[in-house]
Amino acid sequence: MSGAARFDIRIPIGILFLALGVILAIYGVATHSDVTLYERSENISINLWWGLVMVVFGALMLYFGTRPPKIVAT
Amino acid sequence: MTSMTHLTPIDYLLMLVYFAVVLTVGWMLRRSTKTSTDFFLSGRSIPSWVAGLAFISANLGAQEVIGMGASGAKYGIATSHFYWIGAIPAMVFVGLFMMPFYYGSRARSVPEYLKLRYDEKTRTLNAVSFAVMTIMSSGISMYAMGKLFNLLLGWSFDMSMLVAAVIVLAYIFLGGLTSAIYNEVIQFFLIVFGFAPLVFLGLRAAGGWSGLQVRLAEISVQRGFQPGALTHAWRYMGDPSQNPIGVEWFGLAMGLGFVLSFGYWCTDFLVVQRAMASESMAAARRTPLIAALPKVLFPFLVILPGMIALAVDWHAPGVGSHAISAAGQGIIPPKIDGLTGGPLIDQAGHVVLDYDLSVPMMLIRFFPAGMLGLGLTALLASFMSGMAGNVTAFNTVWTYDIYPSHIKKGASDEHYLWMGRAATVFGIALSIAAAYVAASFNNIMDLLQLVFAFVNAPLFATFALGMFWKRTTGHGAFIGLISGTLAAAIHHGISLAGGSVPGVKGGYFGVHIVYRSELGQTFWTAIAAWVTCFVVTILVSLVTRPRVEQELVGLVYSLTPKPVEIDDHWYQKPSVLAVIVLTVTLALNIIFF
Repeated sequence: MSGAARFDIRIPIGILFLALGVILAIYGVATHSDVTLYERSENISINLWWGLVMVVFGALMLYFGTRPPKIVAT
Repeated sequence: MTSMTHLTPIDYLLMLVYFAVVLTVGWMLRRSTKTSTDFFLSGRSIPSWVAGLAFISANLGAQEVIGMGASGAKYGIATSHFYWIGAIPAMVFVGLFMMPFYYGSRARSVPEYLKLRYDEKTRTLNAVSFAVMTIMSSGISMYAMGKLFNLLLGWSFDMSMLVAAVIVLAYIFLGGLTSAIYNEVIQFFLIVFGFAPLVFLGLRAAGGWSGLQVRLAEISVQRGFQPGALTHAWRYMGDPSQNPIGVEWFGLAMGLGFVLSFGYWCTDFLVVQRAMASESMAAARRTPLIAALPKVLFPFLVILPGMIALAVDWHAPGVGSHAISAAGQGIIPPKIDGLTGGPLIDQAGHVVLDYDLSVPMMLIRFFPAGMLGLGLTALLASFMSGMAGNVTAFNTVWTYDIYPSHIKKGASDEHYLWMGRAATVFGIALSIAAAYVAASFNNIMDLLQLVFAFVNAPLFATFALGMFWKRTTGHGAFIGLISGTLAAAIHHGISLAGGSVPGVKGGYFGVHIVYRSELGQTFWTAIAAWVTCFVVTILVSLVTRPRVEQELVGLVYSLTPKPVEIDDHWYQKPSVLAVIVLTVTLALNIIFF
């Protein structure tokens, strides 16, 4: 195999989704009581909830991407 | 012109975060991009799940997302045929049966396989048409992006295109194919996370699947079909006049399910390149199969929003844009008549809907500030990754298949790596030029797309015969391809879809066959091309001299040892994955019959 070792793709995915999720969730908390804003999303505080889902996904990706590789017994 | 909606700082912040991550990925990968193999084939070291997600993402450009949503509104759930029979069987086939030759022959590109199997002229024909086509589709994609974001957000057409092009250029230039693949995987998850809540909210507003069925039944009747024509995939496929696609099951299964689908998924370097970059033969074979798993479910993510857009209304009176006139249906606005400024009316007196706006309207309708930024970032990401897919395929075909055979043979690896980066720059420059051509001469683009449809339709016959019949010769393949393309042009020239005017839509040799819809015509054109290529290739092969069998080991089925499935776990076996994918597909076809 040529080329130097690369970083695991799950790391940037984890970072991106953590960042996006945190921003959305914070914005969701700040706008939680804004009735007109969430009228369109069926009165669901979608920024907050979906932000949290993305945080969980990002954290999982980051966890699996940075976990040390399993050592295979020979 | 005023825009349809406005973004708030939070939306821009989300976009900026995405751009920052994309560029960082390219920057970090520059150090592991040292040889041409790194640049064009990711050093053949990509794990199969990454290659698999990139495999579908490369195809999941925004035209796909926007186009499938539009088709959902036009044809209903039957649009999923483009996935369930128009992609899945071919993806399973390429993984199980063709990947051993693509990967096993160590060809670095699909045209290079043709060179190994046949000869230089067949390769050059394929490489040149593929190179021109990728540039063109990348250009059309950029044009669509510039136009859409201008309409939605009032962004400048030139600026949005330029910014997207520069970002794509930067990350491919630095990290090559790996960079493109990594960003395609990121984009895959962005699309899923951007569109899943859209479907959830949309279905809630429409009263679930049953509520949607009730509403779409009314619309279906208004359009002159049975009530269930928009919510059943197969029930009305017996007669082209009874379903909105306007095609019967045989044309659909043969034209779309066999010729076009196998021609694309099994031979198009844009997707096959992702599998060729994987770390082992087993991983390469798994790539399309892993890709097929989410592909089976994608109709729910991209087609449902279009159907929902027909069935829901704006959430409050007067909300939405003033540009959206009441003449539309659901939240889909009508097309605007350039002369009167009012809604466009067709010959039958019906309002023509601007179906391509179904998905963007859904984003505006259901997403508040914040989520709207996420949804539009997903859309932007898919535009960029569609462009990146085309550019990486172009620079590889240019550098491996065109440049060394016709311009400079036997140069050093550094030279080819340098050429790959240069090809990235001029590939993107040409795409931008193509985007401006599309913007000013729509007809030229239609014509070019038509020509390439003719070139592509017969391709699968050439590959299938090459891989599974050792007697096929280079002359046979070359003449077969040309005849297939001619057959497509002739069939298109003597046929026309009902309601179309002879010209670029066909009928230029006189109208002898009339189809119910343009899709019906397209499918049958493909069938004509394929059959002609298949027959002519066989006939010419029989009268020309075959190659020595030893030269074909690893390239032809009967002369190549069967791949042994030595995977660690049962669920890694290609055959097991294939059975799972096909079972799920069959089940969904029955559920939505």
